[in-house]
Amino acid sequence: MKPAPFAYARASSLEDALSLLAEHGDGARLLAGGQSLMATLNMRLSAPEILIDLNRVAGLSGIEDAGDTLRIGAMTRHSDIEDSPLVAQHAPLIAAAMEHIAHPAIRNRGTFGGSIAFADPAAELPACAVTLGATMTIAGKSGTRTVSADDFFKGLYETAIGPGEILTAVSIPKIGSGWKSGFLELARRHGDYAIIGLCVHAEISGETFGNARLVFFGAGDRPVSAPKTAALLKGKPWSDGLADALAASLKDELDPPTDLNADGPMRRHLAGVLVRRTLAPLAESRG
Amino acid sequence: MDNTVEVTMTVNGETVTRRVEARTNLVDFLRTEVGLTGSHVGCEHGVCGACTVRVDGRIVRGCLMVAAQADGAKVWTVEGLTDTGELRALQDAFVERNALQCGFCTPGMLITLAELMQKNPDADRQEIREFISGNYCRCTGYQAIVDAFEMARGRAGAAE
Repeated sequence: MKPAPFAYARASSLEDALSLLAEHGDGARLLAGGQSLMATLNMRLSAPEILIDLNRVAGLSGIEDAGDTLRIGAMTRHSDIEDSPLVAQHAPLIAAAMEHIAHPAIRNRGTFGGSIAFADPAAELPACAVTLGATMTIAGKSGTRTVSADDFFKGLYETAIGPGEILTAVSIPKIGSGWKSGFLELARRHGDYAIIGLCVHAEISGETFGNARLVFFGAGDRPVSAPKTAALLKGKPWSDGLADALAASLKDELDPPTDLNADGPMRRHLAGVLVRRTLAPLAESRG
Repeated sequence: MDNTVEVTMTVNGETVTRRVEARTNLVDFLRTEVGLTGSHVGCEHGVCGACTVRVDGRIVRGCLMVAAQADGAKVWTVEGLTDTGELRALQDAFVERNALQCGFCTPGMLITLAELMQKNPDADRQEIREFISGNYCRCTGYQAIVDAFEMARGRAGAAE
């Protein structure tokens, strides 16, 4: 279908974008990569009065080494993150997630911040942000503020970004020595939204796990952490018995939704499959 | 509110200026304003890949970008890339391997594979399949399309 008519404004700067947003209020939608928004407009699930295009705003894209963190500008394209040596070195979880995000033509347009701000519960990057303890920078008329990933995702497509505000950057703590990341998702076809997916960030010494974070996507209305299950890893080497214990624990800890792609019990079962497939190679890979 | 916008872009090397409704997406702009109907309109929500075109050197979904966003951009379609000869080796291989039947997906498929030819010409069959995973073909079963890419890469250099 074709979208309902709308006006179009190309923001020339962040101040300009914030002014336009203040002027048009609820009638405006921000256009970043547009890879979710345009589909929504084409299906007439949304009919804004005006699109405010952020694509020409200087300073919103790029990947910067900021000491202990990587600062990823909200308008950085997925394909630039996919090709970034900085991301591969300091945020291997995000590097591993990239190939699972839709398809090459979509990754050429879609943006890091767009995916985070859209907060689709089945999307990869919100879960990566929660797993890594990212910090979001949000600009408004009165200045900028920061919000931790744990406080950022409020519900289904809901975030801490308030009316009149724009997500400008995401800061990702660099991976520490002794930590490893794993990423896997299950989808009917490559590039589809995941039925369920898992981000793992774990301390491993020799074959023994230390602190670990397990965050699922496609498992609730936002990224879903499984801290009780992750705690079972501490001090243990990988074994089939541990895999069974983790899968059993996830059956209590997760309550995934039922939809057309899979029902809740199937997702809960697949969560156990993902834990096994993701953690076993982490435990076995040295260095 | 004024819902129109003036857009100037370079399409297949020629400058085009039009005033269009802001909601006009890039593939509709190319088809209806510029008359280039090689890029196809399939699902109109970014799933099928039939509208794939090249914008500033990268493939994009023509249905997920409004024409206004391509203001100042260099856009290439299957027509232009046929004229330059860039697609020649792929097109010949598509014919030889029967990599098309109805042809609806073919322009998008060719432009997508042309990007793979630039980025990773040595891609194995799994990588080729992953790269075209966003381009639907309902006729061939993809096998022949993957064959065609493998056949074309050996000739791409020789054709120039």
